[in-house]
Amino acid sequence: MARMKFLCDAERCIECNGCVTACKQEHDVPWGVNRRRVVTINDGVPGERSISVACMHCSDAPCMAVCPVDCFYRTEEGVVLHDKDLCIGCGYCFYACPFGAPQFPQAGAFGVRGKMDKCTFCAGGPEQNNSEAEFKKYGRNRLAEGKLPVCAEMCATKALLGGEGDVIADIYRERVTKRGKGGDVWGWATAYGRPDAPTQPAVPAPAPAPATGGPKS
Amino acid sequence: MIKRTFLKATGAAVAAGVAAGMAGCGERPQVIEYKQGNYQGKADNPPWDSATFKGNKGEWERAIKARNQNQNEYKRTA
Repeated sequence: MARMKFLCDAERCIECNGCVTACKQEHDVPWGVNRRRVVTINDGVPGERSISVACMHCSDAPCMAVCPVDCFYRTEEGVVLHDKDLCIGCGYCFYACPFGAPQFPQAGAFGVRGKMDKCTFCAGGPEQNNSEAEFKKYGRNRLAEGKLPVCAEMCATKALLGGEGDVIADIYRERVTKRGKGGDVWGWATAYGRPDAPTQPAVPAPAPAPATGGPKS
Repeated sequence: MIKRTFLKATGAAVAAGVAAGMAGCGERPQVIEYKQGNYQGKADNPPWDSATFKGNKGEWERAIKARNQNQNEYKRTA
């Protein structure tokens, strides 16, 4: 089984916020907490881009590295989850996360923070699969039902892809090849790492042909 | 004699300057090396350990693979 990954195609996202709404509805996410959100860059300017952002379930998750109570774990499928019974709501993970994924329910007049809540890749948490306790703490466990994250599955333009990393990478590659542009994947390298840049190209670039005719500037 | 002392002092100063300047080149990377944390919470059961799949990992993987392809509209519309 390959690792589960998210991929957002900024060329396709139309900022409909359908993924945000679906996530909130599916998991009964409390008021003030958004496990997923849509970020628009250069809003109103020609060439603006929108991207759907949530926990990217990083290969080398910084939240996991900084947690003082070690409440994070990674499943066999590469999904980063946490135990809410252990979380102390300190907020370190929020500062460490490059995507702003960890969310904290605020309660009371003094801004008291609750336990951290974040995208679970629709994989629930450390409770019996599809149990009521799991739903109340972590939301629905769609993976245990043989389904993929609801945000990706219901995305109208299929801008947001979620699933096995190699499969969604193939889908995206085919898409970019057909349309011929927009091959940059937002957040992919940050979350999943990038291959080491070669120091020298495998095939040396041909020398530029000498200019024929025309005045030189 | 004075010239030799001057040259020695100058040489020492240059050597000290070079050493100080090169000290930065020996800086080690400050990014911490990631180590798997010691998860302290409850154990989680895998997704195929559910009422739907009853522990059958292969069946679960097939279901996920089939589901994955639903996101490829080139296959859906072909």
